[in-house]
Amino acid sequence: MNVRLYVLQRASAAVMAPLLLIHLGVIFYASRRGLSASDILARTRGSLFWGAFYATLVVAAATHAAIGVRVVASEWTRWHGGMLEALMWACGLLLAALGLTAVAAVVLV
Amino acid sequence: MAEIAVSLWRGKADGNYQVYRVPQRDNQTVLDVVTWVQRNVDPTLAYRFACRVGMCGSCAMTVNGRPRWTCRTHTAKVVNNGKLEIGPLANLPIIKDLACDLRPFFEKWQKAKGVFSPRLTRQDTIERIVPTTAARLAADAAVECINCAVCYAACDTVRWNADYLGPAALNRAWTLLNDVRDTGNRQRLAAVAATGGCHACHSHQSCQQHCPNALNPTASIAGLKRHTMQAYLRGELE
Amino acid sequence: MNGKRGEPNTGGHRRDPLWLAAWLHRISGLALAAFLPLHFLVFALVLSSKAALDGFLRWTANPAVKVAEAGLVFLLTLHLLGGIRILLLENLPWFAGHKQLVAGALLTASMLALVFLVRAA
Repeated sequence: MNVRLYVLQRASAAVMAPLLLIHLGVIFYASRRGLSASDILARTRGSLFWGAFYATLVVAAATHAAIGVRVVASEWTRWHGGMLEALMWACGLLLAALGLTAVAAVVLV
Repeated sequence: MAEIAVSLWRGKADGNYQVYRVPQRDNQTVLDVVTWVQRNVDPTLAYRFACRVGMCGSCAMTVNGRPRWTCRTHTAKVVNNGKLEIGPLANLPIIKDLACDLRPFFEKWQKAKGVFSPRLTRQDTIERIVPTTAARLAADAAVECINCAVCYAACDTVRWNADYLGPAALNRAWTLLNDVRDTGNRQRLAAVAATGGCHACHSHQSCQQHCPNALNPTASIAGLKRHTMQAYLRGELE
Repeated sequence: MNGKRGEPNTGGHRRDPLWLAAWLHRISGLALAAFLPLHFLVFALVLSSKAALDGFLRWTANPAVKVAEAGLVFLLTLHLLGGIRILLLENLPWFAGHKQLVAGALLTASMLALVFLVRAA
Protein backbone atom coordinates (compact mmCIF):
# COMPACT_ATOMS: atom_id res chain seq x y z
CA MET A 1 0.00 0.00 0.00
CA ASN A 2 1.33 3.46 -0.85
CA VAL A 3 -0.15 6.95 -1.08
CA ARG A 4 -1.52 6.48 -4.61
CA LEU A 5 -3.38 3.26 -3.84
CA TYR A 6 -4.52 4.68 -0.51
CA VAL A 7 -6.08 7.76 -2.12
CA LEU A 8 -7.90 5.58 -4.69
CA GLN A 9 -9.06 3.17 -2.01
CA ARG A 10 -10.42 5.86 0.30
CA ALA A 11 -11.88 7.97 -2.52
CA SER A 12 -13.77 4.98 -3.94
CA ALA A 13 -15.02 4.23 -0.41
CA ALA A 14 -16.22 7.81 0.05
CA VAL A 15 -18.03 7.69 -3.32
CA MET A 16 -19.67 4.38 -2.44
CA ALA A 17 -20.86 5.28 1.06
CA PRO A 18 -23.89 7.39 0.06
CA LEU A 19 -24.58 5.22 -3.02
CA LEU A 20 -24.65 2.07 -0.90
CA LEU A 21 -27.06 3.61 1.59
CA ILE A 22 -29.37 4.24 -1.36
CA HIS A 23 -28.70 0.73 -2.68
CA LEU A 24 -29.71 -0.74 0.69
CA GLY A 25 -32.92 1.25 0.37
CA VAL A 26 -33.43 -0.20 -3.11
CA ILE A 27 -32.87 -3.73 -1.75
CA PHE A 28 -35.52 -3.28 0.90
CA TYR A 29 -37.94 -1.59 -1.50
CA ALA A 30 -37.46 -4.18 -4.25
CA SER A 31 -37.94 -7.09 -1.85
CA ARG A 32 -41.19 -5.75 -0.35
CA ARG A 33 -42.97 -8.42 -2.34
CA GLY A 34 -41.29 -11.22 -4.27
CA LEU A 35 -38.53 -10.20 -6.67
CA SER A 36 -39.42 -10.22 -10.36
CA ALA A 37 -37.66 -9.21 -13.53
CA SER A 38 -40.57 -7.02 -14.62
CA ASP A 39 -40.49 -5.00 -11.40
CA ILE A 40 -36.74 -4.44 -11.62
CA LEU A 41 -36.69 -3.62 -15.32
CA ALA A 42 -39.67 -1.25 -15.01
CA ARG A 43 -37.42 0.88 -12.78
CA THR A 44 -34.17 0.55 -14.66
CA ARG A 45 -35.01 0.30 -18.37
CA GLY A 46 -34.19 3.57 -20.10
CA SER A 47 -33.34 5.29 -16.82
CA LEU A 48 -30.40 7.65 -17.16
CA PHE A 49 -30.38 8.08 -13.40
CA TRP A 50 -30.12 4.39 -12.51
CA GLY A 51 -27.66 3.85 -15.35
CA ALA A 52 -25.34 6.55 -14.04
CA PHE A 53 -25.93 5.52 -10.42
CA TYR A 54 -25.03 1.87 -10.89
CA ALA A 55 -22.25 2.49 -13.38
CA THR A 56 -20.59 4.75 -10.79
CA LEU A 57 -21.15 2.19 -8.06
CA VAL A 58 -19.66 -0.58 -10.21
CA VAL A 59 -16.50 1.36 -11.08
CA ALA A 60 -16.00 2.47 -7.48
CA ALA A 61 -16.61 -1.06 -6.16
CA ALA A 62 -14.25 -2.60 -8.72
CA THR A 63 -11.49 -0.14 -7.73
CA HIS A 64 -12.09 -0.56 -4.02
CA ALA A 65 -12.32 -4.35 -4.09
CA ALA A 66 -9.27 -4.76 -6.34
CA ILE A 67 -7.05 -2.67 -4.09
CA GLY A 68 -8.50 -4.35 -0.98
CA VAL A 69 -7.84 -7.83 -2.33
CA ARG A 70 -4.29 -6.78 -3.25
CA VAL A 71 -3.60 -5.55 0.28
CA VAL A 72 -5.02 -8.70 1.88
CA ALA A 73 -2.97 -10.86 -0.49
CA SER A 74 0.18 -8.86 0.31
CA GLU A 75 -0.33 -9.51 4.03
CA TRP A 76 -1.80 -13.01 4.13
CA THR A 77 -0.01 -14.75 1.24
CA ARG A 78 3.58 -14.85 0.03
CA TRP A 79 2.70 -13.07 -3.21
CA HIS A 80 4.70 -9.94 -3.99
CA GLY A 81 5.45 -7.25 -6.57
CA GLY A 82 4.28 -8.20 -10.05
CA MET A 83 1.96 -10.96 -8.82
CA LEU A 84 0.08 -8.54 -6.58
CA GLU A 85 -0.15 -6.01 -9.38
CA ALA A 86 -1.55 -8.67 -11.74
CA LEU A 87 -4.04 -9.87 -9.10
CA MET A 88 -5.27 -6.33 -8.52
CA TRP A 89 -5.79 -5.60 -12.21
CA ALA A 90 -7.43 -8.98 -12.82
CA CYS A 91 -9.94 -8.44 -9.99
CA GLY A 92 -10.62 -4.86 -10.95
CA LEU A 93 -11.12 -5.49 -14.64
CA LEU A 94 -13.25 -8.59 -14.03
CA LEU A 95 -15.55 -6.77 -11.63
CA ALA A 96 -15.78 -3.71 -13.87
CA ALA A 97 -16.50 -5.78 -16.98
CA LEU A 98 -19.13 -7.98 -15.32
CA GLY A 99 -20.64 -5.04 -13.48
CA LEU A 100 -20.95 -2.71 -16.43
CA THR A 101 -22.40 -5.59 -18.48
CA ALA A 102 -25.04 -6.06 -15.79
CA VAL A 103 -25.81 -2.33 -15.73
CA ALA A 104 -26.11 -2.26 -19.50
CA ALA A 105 -28.32 -5.35 -19.42
CA VAL A 106 -30.91 -3.74 -17.15
CA VAL A 107 -30.72 -0.17 -18.42
CA LEU A 108 -30.37 -0.38 -22.17
CA VAL A 109 -33.59 -0.69 -24.03
CA MET B 1 3.00 -19.97 50.76
CA ALA B 2 1.17 -19.64 47.46
CA GLU B 3 3.16 -20.44 44.35
CA ILE B 4 2.81 -19.39 40.73
CA ALA B 5 3.49 -21.86 37.91
CA VAL B 6 5.40 -19.54 35.58
CA SER B 7 5.99 -20.60 31.97
CA LEU B 8 9.08 -18.82 30.68
CA TRP B 9 10.21 -18.94 27.06
CA ARG B 10 13.66 -20.51 26.84
CA GLY B 11 15.90 -20.56 23.80
CA LYS B 12 15.50 -18.81 20.48
CA ALA B 13 12.65 -18.94 17.97
CA ASP B 14 12.78 -22.75 18.03
CA GLY B 15 12.79 -22.85 21.83
CA ASN B 16 9.93 -23.69 24.16
CA TYR B 17 8.26 -22.72 27.41
CA GLN B 18 9.64 -24.13 30.65
CA VAL B 19 7.68 -24.05 33.87
CA TYR B 20 9.12 -22.77 37.13
CA ARG B 21 7.43 -22.65 40.54
CA VAL B 22 7.84 -19.17 42.01
CA PRO B 23 6.63 -17.99 45.45
CA GLN B 24 3.77 -15.52 45.06
CA ARG B 25 4.17 -12.41 47.18
CA ASP B 26 2.13 -9.27 47.84
CA ASN B 27 3.05 -6.26 45.66
CA GLN B 28 5.00 -8.49 43.31
CA THR B 29 5.62 -7.54 39.70
CA VAL B 30 6.25 -9.81 36.73
CA LEU B 31 9.83 -8.45 36.63
CA ASP B 32 10.24 -9.59 40.25
CA VAL B 33 9.17 -13.07 39.16
CA VAL B 34 11.66 -13.23 36.29
CA THR B 35 14.43 -11.91 38.52
CA TRP B 36 13.60 -14.49 41.21
CA VAL B 37 13.94 -17.32 38.68
CA GLN B 38 17.26 -16.02 37.40
CA ARG B 39 18.68 -15.58 40.90
CA ASN B 40 17.30 -18.68 42.61
CA VAL B 41 16.74 -21.33 39.95
CA ASP B 42 18.50 -20.74 36.66
CA PRO B 43 21.23 -18.11 36.24
CA THR B 44 21.32 -18.78 32.49
CA LEU B 45 17.92 -17.08 32.01
CA ALA B 46 18.40 -14.04 29.75
CA TYR B 47 16.19 -10.96 30.16
CA ARG B 48 16.45 -7.16 30.11
CA PHE B 49 15.60 -4.46 32.61
CA ALA B 50 17.08 -1.18 33.76
CA CYS B 51 15.15 1.34 35.83
CA ARG B 52 12.53 -1.17 37.14
CA VAL B 53 10.21 1.79 37.90
CA GLY B 54 8.33 2.28 34.62
CA MET B 55 10.48 4.94 32.98
CA CYS B 56 12.85 3.26 30.55
CA GLY B 57 10.78 0.58 28.79
CA SER B 58 13.65 -1.96 28.79
CA CYS B 59 11.68 -4.68 30.60
CA ALA B 60 8.97 -5.01 27.94
CA MET B 61 7.98 -8.66 27.42
CA THR B 62 4.94 -10.66 26.38
CA VAL B 63 2.81 -11.52 29.42
CA ASN B 64 -0.10 -13.94 28.84
CA GLY B 65 0.04 -13.10 25.16
CA ARG B 66 0.19 -9.30 25.46
CA PRO B 67 3.23 -6.96 25.35
CA ARG B 68 3.66 -4.95 28.54
CA TRP B 69 6.24 -3.44 30.88
CA THR B 70 6.92 -6.23 33.36
CA CYS B 71 8.05 -3.84 36.11
CA ARG B 72 4.61 -2.18 35.99
CA THR B 73 2.58 -5.38 35.82
CA HIS B 74 1.52 -6.72 39.19
CA THR B 75 1.27 -10.51 39.34
CA ALA B 76 -2.04 -10.18 41.18
CA LYS B 77 -3.50 -8.67 38.01
CA VAL B 78 -2.26 -11.29 35.56
CA VAL B 79 -1.89 -14.62 37.36
CA ASN B 80 -4.70 -16.92 36.18
CA ASN B 81 -5.50 -19.97 38.31
CA GLY B 82 -1.98 -19.85 39.66
CA LYS B 83 -0.46 -19.70 36.16
CA LEU B 84 1.52 -17.05 34.29
CA GLU B 85 3.12 -17.11 30.85
CA ILE B 86 6.06 -14.86 29.93
CA GLY B 87 7.82 -14.64 26.58
CA PRO B 88 9.95 -12.23 24.56
CA LEU B 89 8.32 -9.38 22.61
CA ALA B 90 6.64 -10.37 19.36
CA ASN B 91 7.67 -9.29 15.86
CA LEU B 92 11.38 -9.12 16.71
CA PRO B 93 14.14 -11.73 16.36
CA ILE B 94 14.70 -13.60 19.62
CA ILE B 95 18.29 -13.39 20.87
CA LYS B 96 17.75 -15.69 23.84
CA ASP B 97 14.88 -16.46 26.21
CA LEU B 98 13.14 -13.17 27.06
CA ALA B 99 15.54 -10.84 25.24
CA CYS B 100 14.92 -9.88 21.62
CA ASP B 101 16.88 -7.94 19.04
CA LEU B 102 15.57 -4.40 18.74
CA ARG B 103 17.71 -3.47 15.76
CA PRO B 104 14.89 -3.85 13.17
CA PHE B 105 12.75 -1.56 15.33
CA PHE B 106 15.40 1.17 15.35
CA GLU B 107 16.28 0.69 11.69
CA LYS B 108 12.66 1.40 10.81
CA TRP B 109 12.79 4.46 13.06
CA GLN B 110 15.62 5.78 10.87
CA LYS B 111 13.82 4.75 7.69
CA ALA B 112 10.77 6.79 8.72
CA LYS B 113 13.11 9.77 9.11
CA GLY B 114 12.35 9.87 12.81
CA VAL B 115 15.46 11.98 13.25
CA PHE B 116 15.52 15.68 14.04
CA SER B 117 17.07 17.87 11.30
CA PRO B 118 17.82 21.26 12.81
CA ARG B 119 17.89 24.56 10.97
CA LEU B 120 19.72 26.52 13.62
CA THR B 121 23.18 25.92 15.09
CA ARG B 122 24.52 26.42 18.60
CA GLN B 123 25.68 29.86 17.48
CA ASP B 124 22.11 31.01 16.86
CA THR B 125 19.65 32.32 19.42
CA ILE B 126 17.41 29.58 20.81
CA GLU B 127 14.15 29.53 18.89
CA ARG B 128 11.05 30.39 20.93
CA ILE B 129 8.32 27.77 20.53
CA VAL B 130 4.73 28.72 21.31
CA PRO B 131 3.32 25.75 23.23
CA THR B 132 -0.30 26.36 22.30
CA THR B 133 -0.20 26.20 18.52
CA ALA B 134 -2.11 23.30 16.98
CA ALA B 135 1.13 21.84 15.60
CA ARG B 136 2.95 22.02 18.92
CA LEU B 137 -0.04 20.48 20.75
CA ALA B 138 -0.10 17.65 18.21
CA ALA B 139 3.65 17.06 18.65
CA ASP B 140 3.44 17.21 22.44
CA ALA B 141 0.62 14.66 22.52
CA ALA B 142 2.87 12.12 20.83
CA VAL B 143 6.35 13.06 22.00
CA GLU B 144 6.66 10.97 25.19
CA CYS B 145 7.62 7.80 23.33
CA ILE B 146 10.55 6.00 24.96
CA ASN B 147 10.99 3.38 22.21
CA CYS B 148 9.97 0.40 24.33
CA ALA B 149 8.59 -1.45 21.26
CA VAL B 150 5.39 -2.55 23.02
CA CYS B 151 3.28 -1.02 20.23
CA TYR B 152 5.47 -2.67 17.59
CA ALA B 153 4.98 -6.03 19.31
CA ALA B 154 1.21 -5.55 19.55
CA CYS B 155 0.76 -4.66 15.87
CA ASP B 156 -0.49 -7.34 13.47
CA THR B 157 0.30 -5.16 10.46
CA VAL B 158 3.94 -5.28 11.56
CA ARG B 159 3.60 -9.06 11.77
CA TRP B 160 1.94 -9.39 8.35
CA ASN B 161 3.88 -6.75 6.41
CA ALA B 162 7.67 -6.94 6.63
CA ASP B 163 8.00 -3.48 5.05
CA TYR B 164 5.72 -1.76 7.54
CA LEU B 165 7.63 0.88 9.49
CA GLY B 166 5.45 0.37 12.54
CA PRO B 167 3.53 2.57 14.97
CA ALA B 168 6.47 3.96 16.97
CA ALA B 169 8.55 5.08 13.99
CA LEU B 170 5.54 6.70 12.33
CA ASN B 171 4.44 8.30 15.59
CA ARG B 172 7.91 9.88 15.89
CA ALA B 173 7.78 11.06 12.27
CA TRP B 174 4.47 12.75 13.11
CA THR B 175 5.97 14.66 16.05
CA LEU B 176 8.81 15.91 13.85
CA LEU B 177 6.41 16.83 11.05
CA ASN B 178 4.74 19.12 13.57
CA ASP B 179 8.01 20.53 14.90
CA VAL B 180 8.59 24.02 13.48
CA ARG B 181 12.33 23.75 14.17
CA ASP B 182 12.74 20.73 11.87
CA THR B 183 13.78 21.05 8.22
CA GLY B 184 13.51 17.44 7.04
CA ASN B 185 9.81 17.27 6.16
CA ARG B 186 10.11 16.80 2.41
CA GLN B 187 12.16 13.62 2.84
CA ARG B 188 10.07 12.59 5.84
CA LEU B 189 6.77 12.82 3.95
CA ALA B 190 8.26 10.84 1.09
CA ALA B 191 9.51 8.20 3.55
CA VAL B 192 6.12 7.75 5.23
CA ALA B 193 4.22 7.82 1.93
CA ALA B 194 6.21 4.97 0.42
CA THR B 195 5.33 1.27 0.56
CA GLY B 196 5.37 0.19 4.20
CA GLY B 197 4.60 3.72 5.35
CA CYS B 198 1.61 5.16 7.11
CA HIS B 199 -0.88 3.89 4.51
CA ALA B 200 -0.21 0.30 5.49
CA CYS B 201 -1.84 0.97 8.85
CA HIS B 202 -5.32 -0.54 9.19
CA SER B 203 -6.20 1.35 12.38
CA HIS B 204 -6.54 -1.81 14.49
CA GLN B 205 -5.57 0.45 17.41
CA SER B 206 -3.60 -2.35 19.12
CA CYS B 207 -0.76 0.15 19.50
CA GLN B 208 -2.96 2.67 21.26
CA GLN B 209 -4.55 0.01 23.47
CA HIS B 210 -1.16 -1.29 24.68
CA CYS B 211 1.05 1.82 24.92
CA PRO B 212 2.18 2.11 28.56
CA ASN B 213 2.55 5.87 28.12
CA ALA B 214 -1.03 6.19 26.84
CA LEU B 215 0.15 7.48 23.46
CA ASN B 216 -1.98 7.11 20.36
CA PRO B 217 0.05 6.12 17.30
CA THR B 218 -3.18 5.41 15.41
CA ALA B 219 -4.06 9.10 15.66
CA SER B 220 -0.53 10.16 14.69
CA ILE B 221 -0.63 7.85 11.69
CA ALA B 222 -4.03 9.25 10.70
CA GLY B 223 -2.39 12.69 10.76
CA LEU B 224 0.38 11.41 8.49
CA LYS B 225 -2.25 9.98 6.13
CA ARG B 226 -3.94 13.39 5.89
CA HIS B 227 -0.66 15.25 5.29
CA THR B 228 0.63 12.81 2.68
CA MET B 229 -2.72 12.72 0.90
CA GLN B 230 -2.76 16.52 0.67
CA ALA B 231 0.86 16.61 -0.51
CA TYR B 232 0.10 13.94 -3.11
CA LEU B 233 -2.95 15.76 -4.43
CA ARG B 234 -0.92 18.97 -4.68
CA GLY B 235 1.69 17.09 -6.70
CA GLU B 236 4.39 17.48 -4.06
CA LEU B 237 4.95 13.72 -3.81
CA GLU B 238 5.81 11.37 -6.65
CA MET C 1 10.04 -29.26 33.29
CA ASN C 2 9.36 -28.64 29.62
CA GLY C 3 6.34 -26.76 28.38
CA LYS C 4 4.71 -26.72 24.96
CA ARG C 5 6.87 -26.42 21.83
CA GLY C 6 6.08 -24.14 18.91
CA GLU C 7 6.47 -20.40 19.18
CA PRO C 8 5.86 -17.87 21.91
CA ASN C 9 2.19 -17.07 22.47
CA THR C 10 1.74 -13.48 21.33
CA GLY C 11 -1.89 -13.27 20.25
CA GLY C 12 -3.47 -11.60 23.29
CA HIS C 13 -4.28 -8.41 21.39
CA ARG C 14 -6.59 -10.42 19.14
CA ARG C 15 -9.12 -10.56 21.96
CA ASP C 16 -9.65 -6.79 21.78
CA PRO C 17 -12.96 -5.57 20.28
CA LEU C 18 -11.25 -3.10 17.93
CA TRP C 19 -9.03 -5.82 16.51
CA LEU C 20 -12.09 -8.02 16.05
CA ALA C 21 -13.80 -5.14 14.25
CA ALA C 22 -10.87 -4.87 11.85
CA TRP C 23 -10.90 -8.63 11.26
CA LEU C 24 -14.67 -8.60 10.57
CA HIS C 25 -14.15 -5.67 8.21
CA ARG C 26 -11.57 -7.65 6.27
CA ILE C 27 -13.59 -10.89 6.15
CA SER C 28 -16.77 -9.08 5.13
CA GLY C 29 -14.86 -7.25 2.39
CA LEU C 30 -13.46 -10.50 0.99
CA ALA C 31 -16.89 -12.15 1.13
CA LEU C 32 -18.54 -9.22 -0.66
CA ALA C 33 -15.80 -9.15 -3.29
CA ALA C 34 -16.34 -12.87 -3.92
CA PHE C 35 -20.13 -12.40 -4.11
CA LEU C 36 -20.09 -9.46 -6.54
CA PRO C 37 -19.28 -11.38 -9.75
CA LEU C 38 -22.24 -13.71 -9.06
CA HIS C 39 -24.47 -10.71 -8.37
CA PHE C 40 -23.46 -9.14 -11.70
CA LEU C 41 -23.89 -12.39 -13.64
CA VAL C 42 -27.47 -12.70 -12.34
CA PHE C 43 -28.50 -9.38 -13.82
CA ALA C 44 -26.67 -10.15 -17.03
CA LEU C 45 -29.10 -13.12 -17.37
CA VAL C 46 -31.63 -10.67 -18.74
CA LEU C 47 -29.43 -10.48 -21.85
CA SER C 48 -30.50 -14.02 -22.68
CA SER C 49 -34.14 -13.43 -21.78
CA LYS C 50 -36.36 -11.86 -19.15
CA ALA C 51 -37.60 -15.36 -18.36
CA ALA C 52 -34.07 -16.44 -17.47
CA LEU C 53 -33.80 -13.68 -14.88
CA ASP C 54 -37.31 -14.45 -13.59
CA GLY C 55 -36.39 -18.10 -13.22
CA PHE C 56 -33.40 -17.23 -11.09
CA LEU C 57 -35.35 -14.72 -9.01
CA ARG C 58 -38.00 -17.33 -8.29
CA TRP C 59 -35.25 -19.64 -7.05
CA THR C 60 -34.17 -16.94 -4.57
CA ALA C 61 -37.58 -17.21 -2.88
CA ASN C 62 -36.21 -20.42 -1.31
CA PRO C 63 -35.86 -19.87 2.49
CA ALA C 64 -32.23 -20.99 2.52
CA VAL C 65 -31.44 -18.36 -0.10
CA LYS C 66 -33.28 -15.71 1.90
CA VAL C 67 -31.11 -16.51 4.91
CA ALA C 68 -28.02 -16.18 2.73
CA GLU C 69 -29.31 -12.86 1.40
CA ALA C 70 -29.89 -11.65 4.95
CA GLY C 71 -26.29 -12.63 5.62
CA LEU C 72 -25.19 -10.48 2.69
CA VAL C 73 -27.22 -7.54 4.02
CA PHE C 74 -25.42 -8.05 7.35
CA LEU C 75 -21.98 -8.14 5.73
CA LEU C 76 -22.66 -5.15 3.49
CA THR C 77 -24.01 -3.00 6.34
CA LEU C 78 -21.17 -4.01 8.64
CA HIS C 79 -18.49 -3.28 6.06
CA LEU C 80 -20.14 0.02 5.12
CA LEU C 81 -20.51 1.29 8.69
CA GLY C 82 -17.03 0.08 9.68
CA GLY C 83 -15.63 1.77 6.61
CA ILE C 84 -17.33 5.05 7.49
CA ARG C 85 -15.80 4.84 10.98
CA ILE C 86 -12.33 4.44 9.41
CA LEU C 87 -12.92 7.34 6.99
CA LEU C 88 -13.92 9.54 9.94
CA LEU C 89 -10.95 8.35 12.04
CA GLU C 90 -8.50 9.16 9.26
CA ASN C 91 -9.92 12.52 8.21
CA LEU C 92 -11.31 14.17 11.34
CA PRO C 93 -9.47 15.09 14.55
CA TRP C 94 -9.26 12.15 16.92
CA PHE C 95 -12.49 11.25 18.73
CA ALA C 96 -13.20 8.73 21.46
CA GLY C 97 -15.90 6.06 21.51
CA HIS C 98 -14.63 3.66 18.86
CA LYS C 99 -15.67 0.58 20.80
CA GLN C 100 -19.19 1.98 21.12
CA LEU C 101 -19.30 2.75 17.39
CA VAL C 102 -18.21 -0.80 16.61
CA ALA C 103 -20.94 -2.17 18.88
CA GLY C 104 -23.44 0.14 17.20
CA ALA C 105 -22.38 -1.04 13.75
CA LEU C 106 -22.77 -4.71 14.75
CA LEU C 107 -26.19 -3.99 16.22
CA THR C 108 -27.40 -2.02 13.19
CA ALA C 109 -26.15 -4.65 10.74
CA SER C 110 -27.80 -7.44 12.74
CA MET C 111 -31.08 -5.56 12.97
CA LEU C 112 -31.18 -4.73 9.28
CA ALA C 113 -30.48 -8.36 8.39
CA LEU C 114 -33.19 -9.51 10.78
CA VAL C 115 -35.73 -7.05 9.35
CA PHE C 116 -34.84 -8.27 5.86
CA LEU C 117 -35.38 -11.86 6.88
CA VAL C 118 -38.67 -11.17 8.64
CA ARG C 119 -40.05 -9.27 5.64
CA ALA C 120 -39.04 -12.10 3.37
CA ALA C 121 -40.87 -14.68 5.44
